[in-house]
Order: sequence, then structure tokens, then C-alpha cells
Amino acid sequence: MTHFFGSFKYSLATLTTVLILFVFPGCQSETLKGEEQAILTHAPAVPSPITRNYPTKVIIELETTEVVRRLADGVDYTFWTFGGEVPGKFIRVREGDQVEFHLNNHPDSKMPHNIDLHAVTGPGGGAASSFTAPGKGTVFSFAALNPGLYVYHCATAPVGMHIANGMYGLILVEPKEGLPPVDQEYYVMQSEFYTHGAYGEAGLQPFDMGKAILETPDYVVFNGSVGSTTGDKALTAKVGDKIRLFIGNGGPNLVSSFHVIGEIFDLVNTEGGSVQNKNVQTTLVPAGGSSIVEFTVDVPGTFIIVDHSIFRAFNKGALAMLTVTGDAVPEIYSGLQAESVYLPEGGGIQGLSGSTPNAFVAKTMDERIAEGGRIFAANCAACHQAAGQGIPGVFPPLAGSDFLMSDPARAAGAVINGLSGPIEVNGVAYNGVMPGVKLSDEQVANVLTYVMNSFGNKGTEMTPSQVANVRAGH
Amino acid sequence: MWVMIGMLTALPSASLFARQKARTVVPKGMVLVGSGVYKALYDNGGKFDGVDVPSFFIDENPVTNAEFLTFVTQNPKWRRSKISPLFAESTYLANWAGDVNLGKLGPNEPVTNVSWFAAKSYAKWKGNRLPTVAEWEYVAGAGTRSARGKDEPGFEKRVLILTNQPTPKPLPDVGQSSPNYWGVRDLHGLVWEWVLNFNSALVTGESRADANLERKLFCGSGVVGASDFTDYAAFMRFAFRGSVNASYSGANLGFRTVRSM
Repeated sequence: MTHFFGSFKYSLATLTTVLILFVFPGCQSETLKGEEQAILTHAPAVPSPITRNYPTKVIIELETTEVVRRLADGVDYTFWTFGGEVPGKFIRVREGDQVEFHLNNHPDSKMPHNIDLHAVTGPGGGAASSFTAPGKGTVFSFAALNPGLYVYHCATAPVGMHIANGMYGLILVEPKEGLPPVDQEYYVMQSEFYTHGAYGEAGLQPFDMGKAILETPDYVVFNGSVGSTTGDKALTAKVGDKIRLFIGNGGPNLVSSFHVIGEIFDLVNTEGGSVQNKNVQTTLVPAGGSSIVEFTVDVPGTFIIVDHSIFRAFNKGALAMLTVTGDAVPEIYSGLQAESVYLPEGGGIQGLSGSTPNAFVAKTMDERIAEGGRIFAANCAACHQAAGQGIPGVFPPLAGSDFLMSDPARAAGAVINGLSGPIEVNGVAYNGVMPGVKLSDEQVANVLTYVMNSFGNKGTEMTPSQVANVRAGH
Repeated sequence: MWVMIGMLTALPSASLFARQKARTVVPKGMVLVGSGVYKALYDNGGKFDGVDVPSFFIDENPVTNAEFLTFVTQNPKWRRSKISPLFAESTYLANWAGDVNLGKLGPNEPVTNVSWFAAKSYAKWKGNRLPTVAEWEYVAGAGTRSARGKDEPGFEKRVLILTNQPTPKPLPDVGQSSPNYWGVRDLHGLVWEWVLNFNSALVTGESRADANLERKLFCGSGVVGASDFTDYAAFMRFAFRGSVNASYSGANLGFRTVRSM
């Protein structure tokens, strides 16, 4: 090197470039310029695409906290988080960036935490350098060498439990040339929760280690809770939009069969890497892995996003929605097709007959309605929707439903035994299958009293003895 | 350190302990713990004999704010404004209103934001010492009816739930939980507690790789070297201990003292 320096009168900048090229041929042909603070986002938002055409020093500040939040309606959980929510905040950097990572553990935290970013080349993916006691902060740096979409997670003992409690998120390392522009980018991360109580059991639910070891979760969810991305909180787009989903799977155990009902992925960056597959229906997302999918929405409607290991979608919560607005395009989609294959069954176990013991007994109509609302959210809202509006042509509405209100006993029969074949609700024909839901007489009475007195409906109270009569076939 | 490691073997029978208790004068505020053997969490797969734990006295409850206030009142060098930065971080007693003023804190709440140095010095001032990892874990492993909680149905699950829940704010007074077999309270779910050799388990933070350390050195490990993969609460305690150094003064960390027989 001194030979170079002594013999030629290179300018300092040229010399630096030459040295870098010489030392890292093909690996780092760009020089770092400047410094910036990364803007991180909560799901489903994604930070704006990177417009820089050079690498820089990126400073990332991420805080670990332990918070009690909603897991499902009436169900709370103590989440351990990166940034206050599950999944953790989305990080976006550029290939070649030098990342200075600040991990701060909130003083109120009970546990020490660290971070293993799969985008890091180095021991523990950063975990070995970021072990942080409550009320402390640690700093380490890494070079974003490989482009791709990577999972990050906590790796403090007991590792499985830190992940099971919600400590994961995504970091995108954009390739140097950037990603092609799209109209919408969203962040969706699947994960599962193992609770002491069964699905829908109310109250603050502690982590259940036994279920975690057996890999039998009670909840499989997108973006940290049941219904996180449905109804008013659905992802949105307009007809003709090109959409890119950054999908992660935090696990801790299950592999996701990620699928959007009624869409075909035009492009999939399999496992979040650089190989692109085309025209994919369902993409496998490993636990601790990712996928990038792109598709154009050609017709309006509600597109249901599921883990196509399908009982997870309809019995454990792995269901999100993409609402596309715009004018219908009948030559692409006629509007007559029903999605009968994917009929949700709700959280209750389906059965042919019989009832389950239920500790709760409503003493007043108000209590019945309150409890009924919870049962509705856990078992019915996936199809009939939170406000009872249904999905036109697919799932009949309960709000203002003549079919429901004109014959409560028939409604009870539908809940107990299921209902299939052609029916007409408010003048609209439906031809689907509703499975029976294994609820006790008390629970059926509660949920029916709720639906007959909600969403603008004005009805009477349904009692368990009336339900028992229906069940007995009277 | 090898001595610390191994299987839980003979425990004194309950009647033997009752007789020992009857003829022992127990210091005020402390309880008697019968001798036994601590089976270490990190013992490379249960290959080693346990750590003998001779009988000792332990504080029934964690040290309170009021007790620690008396200590700093009588020992000015341990006051917030006087303490050397070598012995405590800036968060030392940060929740107090002043050097000798608890402010809004309840006198009977467990003291927190204390460094290992301060806790050790307090114990010495009381004529006591900090418990060893083996002593603390041995006491905390007791159930409600026996010295070996693991044999009681639901014990580990209960401890895990208590350990997992966030620290309540404000902290409740000490002594409100039910006593364990030895008569000790608040071991799980109130605050973490300093132990004398908190840093003897070599947890690096990369807990999945600590098994190598375990083989090359001795005591610490993350996963592979553990004797009991199901004791998640113990993993959390060891992880916490591994994450701090002796000047650490966190909001969830207090202590209690012990005295040898």
C-alpha cells in the first residue's frame, strides 16, 4: 500500500476507492456516505422504499417492552415485544448499509432480552452482543451484506418462550438496485400462541409451556391477535393496484401455508430470498423465515388471507382481510362463485350432537347479551363479520336479517345442527354450508340473544330451555 | 464449581426437621431452612451429584425500603449522593425522593434499585450475608408441603406463571404471599433477588450456544447443558442473573439475606 502511496499522486478519494476495491473485490464496491436514523413501522405498515443509490450508516433504535394486550376478544396476554406491539417493528435498510443497532430494554421489563437478526453475519446474529438487562441499552454494528427479507427475534433463555410471547419481527435488506415500485406494501407476520385456557377462554391467559412443547397452539394469528387485520382494520387497495406483501413467520413452531383466497401471486420471492417464482397459489413460510409476494388486484371485494393449514384459519384465528374497492370487472369475476371450500367453522369444536359443560350461567338478559357477544366473536364473526353484515353472496348477514328474526327456533337449529342448501336472506339467495357449532344450550341461548339484540336487531331473549327444546327436536 | 453440581438426594425427614426447629433459636425475621442437596439447573445433563446445602437461616421476606433506609441512614457512604459509581449505577435508589427520603414509596415494599455491592454491604451490616445460588434455588424449590416442590402437582406451572407476569406497579408490600414449606415468602413473582455468586453461571446472552461454554468452562449454559429442560422459571432466573453486573441497580431487583448456623 505504501508503494502505491509513494509512487502515484492519487487524490485521497481515488486512493480510498482503489483501496476498497482492492481489499473487498466485488463485495463492497460502494463507499459509505452519511448517516441516518431508520424509521420503523408497526404492522401492517412498511417504511417507505429506500431512494438512496449509495450505502450509508443507519442507526436503529428498538425498545423491548413487556405489555398486557388483547389477543382475542375478552382474552388478554402478556406480550414481550420489540417496539410495544406484536409483531415487532419493521426495519428497512439497503444492501451494503452499515447498521448501528441500539437495543434498549425498558426499565419496567422483568426479563433481559437480546436480538438475533437473521440478516446479520456474525455469532448469534447479534444475540451474543445485545444481551440487555432491564433498564439498560446495548449497541452493536453489522454490515447488511445479503439482500432479502429476514426474521429477527429474541434469543434469551428460555428462547422458545421469548419467541412464544411475541418477540419477532422483520428486517428487509433492499437490493442495491431497489425493488420495483408497487402501489401498496404491507407487513403481515404469522405466529402462534400457547395459552393456559382453550381458544376464546376469557381473561388474562398465561403462557402454557406444555402446549408449546407439544406444538399444539390455541391461537394462530396474523399480526399478533385474532382479528388484527379484519373488518375496519383490513388491508386496503383499489382495483388495479399492484400489491407487495412482506410476510414473516415468527413461529415458534408452525410452518405457514400462506394463501390469499381468490388471488394468485404473480411473483413470489421464495423464502424471502432472490429466486422468484411465478403464478403461485400458496407459499410456504418457514418458522423463522419469510416470503415476499406480489400480485395485482383485478376485481373488487374482500380477499381473505389465511394459513391454508385450514383449521388454523377458522378455529385458531389465522385469518386476515384485504378489502379492494372499485368497479366490478365481470369478465374476470362474475360474482356468482361461492367459496364453499373455505367455510369457517368458528372457534368452537364442531360436533354432531350433544352439549359441552359451561360454567357461566347468565342471570339477566344483559348478562346473556354480554356473554353472547364473546361467543359470537370467537365462533361466528369470522363469517358473519363483526357487525353482523356478512359478506354479500357468500355469508348471509345477521344485521336486519329477515331469515333470522322471523324464526328464532330455526336459527337455534342452525347453530346446533348447522345449515346447508339454498336459503334466501333479505331477498338475496345463498347456497352455502354452515357447520354446527358445539356449544351448550346456555351458550347457544346467549349467542342468539346477542345477535337478535345487536347490529340494529330488536328481538326477544332466547332461553336455554328453548334451545333444549330445539335440540330435542320439538 | 464442580461441587455445585448434581443430583438431589437425601432430604431430612420432616420429623427430623421439626425436631431441629424445636431446639433452634431463630433470629428475628428469619426462618430456619433444613439441610439438603441442590440439583443444579446447569449440570450438563444431570451427570453430577448435587450441591450439599447445610442448614441455614434466611429472611422470611425480601429486605424492605424501611429496612434499607435505616441502613443508609446509619451508613452514609451507601446513600444515593455518596455512593461511588464503581459500586452502583445512576439508577441506584433512583425511585427514592432523596438520600434518606422514601418519598411516595411504601416502607414495607421490597427495596429495589440496589446494586450487588450495596446489598452485600447491607447483609454484612446485619451480621448476615447474601445467599449463594445453591441456597437461594434450594429454598425457592420448596413447595407448600415439602422441600421438593417439583413433586407437588402444579408447582412448576404456578411458579412459571408468577415469574412470567409483569412486575406490579406500585410494588405490593412484602409478606403477602403464602409461605413455602420452610416458611419463606415472596420468592416468586415479586422481585428478582441478588445472590452472592450471581455471575457464576456463564450465560453469554447467546443462550443457544452456551452449551459450548458449559463444556469448556464449567458452570453456565443455555440449553444443552441443562439438567431440566422444563424448568423455564429457573432459565429465566439464570438468564436474568447472567444479564447484570454487580453495579446494576434495576427496578425489579431486590434481595434478602441469610445467616449460617
